[in-house]
Amino acid sequence: MAKQNKPQQVPDTGYEWDGIRELTNPPPRWWMISFHASWIFCIVYFVLYPSIPLVTDHTKGILGWTQVKEFKEAVAENDAIKAPYLKQVAEMDGQALMADAGLRNFAESSAKAIFGDSCAGCHGSGGEGAPGLFPNLSDDAWLYGGDFDTIVESITDGRQGSMPAHIDEIDDAGINKLADFVIAASEGKATPEGLAHFNESGCAGCHGENAAGGAINDLGSGAANLTDAIWRFGNSREDILRTIRYGVNEDPDDVPNTRIAIMPAFDGKLSPEAIKMLAVKVHEFGGGK
Amino acid sequence: MSEQDQKEIEALYTDAHHWHINAGDETIHAKRMSGRFRTYKWYAASLWLSFFILPYFRIEDHQAILFDIPHRQFHLGSLTIWPQDVWMLSLVLILLAITLFAVTAVAGRVWCGYFCFQTIWTDVFTWLEDKIEGNPIQRRKLEAAAWTVQKLSKKLVKHSLWILISILTGVTFTAYFTDAYQLWIDLVTIQAPLLAWVTIGFFIFFTYVFAGFMREQVCFWLCPYARIQSVMVDKDTELPTYDLARGEPRGKVKRGNDNNQRGDCIDCRLCVGVCPTGVDIREGMQEGCITCGMCIDACDSIMDKVNRPRGLIRYASQKELSGETLPPVFKRPRVITYSFILLLSIAGIIYGLTHIPPVELSVVHERQPLFTQMSNGSIQNRYTIKAVNKTPNKLTFRLHVTGLEGVTIKMPDGDIITLQPEGVIPFHVFLRATPAQLKKKKTKIHFILETMNTTDKIKIKKKSVFIGPKK
Repeated sequence: MAKQNKPQQVPDTGYEWDGIRELTNPPPRWWMISFHASWIFCIVYFVLYPSIPLVTDHTKGILGWTQVKEFKEAVAENDAIKAPYLKQVAEMDGQALMADAGLRNFAESSAKAIFGDSCAGCHGSGGEGAPGLFPNLSDDAWLYGGDFDTIVESITDGRQGSMPAHIDEIDDAGINKLADFVIAASEGKATPEGLAHFNESGCAGCHGENAAGGAINDLGSGAANLTDAIWRFGNSREDILRTIRYGVNEDPDDVPNTRIAIMPAFDGKLSPEAIKMLAVKVHEFGGGK
Repeated sequence: MSEQDQKEIEALYTDAHHWHINAGDETIHAKRMSGRFRTYKWYAASLWLSFFILPYFRIEDHQAILFDIPHRQFHLGSLTIWPQDVWMLSLVLILLAITLFAVTAVAGRVWCGYFCFQTIWTDVFTWLEDKIEGNPIQRRKLEAAAWTVQKLSKKLVKHSLWILISILTGVTFTAYFTDAYQLWIDLVTIQAPLLAWVTIGFFIFFTYVFAGFMREQVCFWLCPYARIQSVMVDKDTELPTYDLARGEPRGKVKRGNDNNQRGDCIDCRLCVGVCPTGVDIREGMQEGCITCGMCIDACDSIMDKVNRPRGLIRYASQKELSGETLPPVFKRPRVITYSFILLLSIAGIIYGLTHIPPVELSVVHERQPLFTQMSNGSIQNRYTIKAVNKTPNKLTFRLHVTGLEGVTIKMPDGDIITLQPEGVIPFHVFLRATPAQLKKKKTKIHFILETMNTTDKIKIKKKSVFIGPKK
């Protein structure tokens, strides 16, 4: 274009608007090169990739590329990188796994997504639970035990606590007296009279003679320690009275106000390695034993 | 439109007609002459030899200059720069920019004329061209001649040498980012990673095209520097300048004629002939002038021949030409301002290089939950700590916390942290305090890491918070 020393002196196309003539100068060379390169690129692209929409389908392109395929390849690549570590997780027992800082960190990071998918719905993304509904996993109070193997067991088989309703067994004054006792016990101010009433009412059978829980934990009842500061179903007097009166996991048809405390089993839904890695994460929330 | 306006517009058009735009339609075949500035240019160009040599130096067990992108470490001699220290890069960039501004204010486009890779590589390419195809007249003839075996062989030799230089350039550049010796082995055995091939290919292509074909077009149309130089020079700036008063009216020297009526310029156009960008310096300062001084060499040689004093074209400022005296360099406001910024950034870089922390510590307070009540009623906070050991040795630290009286620390391996020189493994720290110890909801605390061996004490402090229930 710049070769034209007098660009006005080429013929025009015959069109003229307001004294401006359209000349027959060719477009600049770089522009022509870009133009040809563009349409050639389009044709190559159309041949290689899915592009032209048809009535019910579209052309597939000779590369057979799809977004889903690309995604699956990326997932496979990621799985291949993780495979040797997952193998190690599968082979190691809890103690060895918790002692290996690198692998523990791998497990905790890998479990983040699994926890988000399977656990956070109830227990919260940081394991903080929901007061009165779902237990907090970041404290050190464990109904079934906070060591690595027990956590694995809880996730694999699930848990279902049970406590009978006492509304028909104990009179209202007795229930109120029990509530007074457990509130005092959690503050470390339990009285001998209260403890005597607690034992007479038959609570010690599950919660232990000193109300510290764990009497029949081996049976999986999940009887809580009533002397610590943690409350599974809320710490207000109203909450405590309701738990004593209506129990836990009674048949809701018979006892509508009963507490529901069911942890589903994840055996079969999650792989054993995934459960192990979840256990590491739960253990590392801060309360692991 | 008034008559006055009409006249002004016509004047504009006359000017525009006179204006020559170099859009690369014709290859500029510049004549090569020896001279003072030619020698300077070679000296300056030879500095670029270090670019080709430096990647092969080694220090300790690694390359002396290595930009190790996969490991995110930059090695400069025995110094290792981590991504955390990259704030210094901004100072380096400021330093480079201000140096460019300052030099431009004092002496124009010194960078372009003597140091720029575009200038130097083009100069070497055209030097080869000159050696193989002959001087500009022979080159133009060869260009127009029909294809013969001789023409073909000349072209073949030239392009092979150009490509050889391009390959060397590409490989050398890549060698700054990976082990140079290993790179050569991988290239020769065709086992280099794809990225290396792509980088080298990219550099070969652009070296060959930019230095072999586009040449001054890059300076005219791709480089922004030419476009902004007008705001960086002033009347004090020393630039290659044609002494208009002395030179005009120009005219050819004729035997027997009285040449006294004429100026000193004999209109031989040698200044244009030697210009690598093809500008006519007699038209004044312009975007095409890279201030290389080739025209000064050419004009001086002619002035010697016609027995006139040298310096018709010379490094001079506008003030000098109009007879004013030039203020001393360090009394010019621009120079003072630039020097001040320059000193600040140099001071910052020196401070940064001498104060690279041996260990980088980051403490993240867990936000969900912000705190947890434990079974004995105490409050626990969870922190994730990442500590990067930048030294080549294993370091052992003791961790303690200040700012909260009576806080207890729980860590996987006690309060002792061992940091290996490579790799970062984050770990959790749990702090516990009783509600009585907490004066308010949010307590400011500090994590302190201290080395246990007393010989080379390292102490790092990091701020964080301890959060408890509402008071």
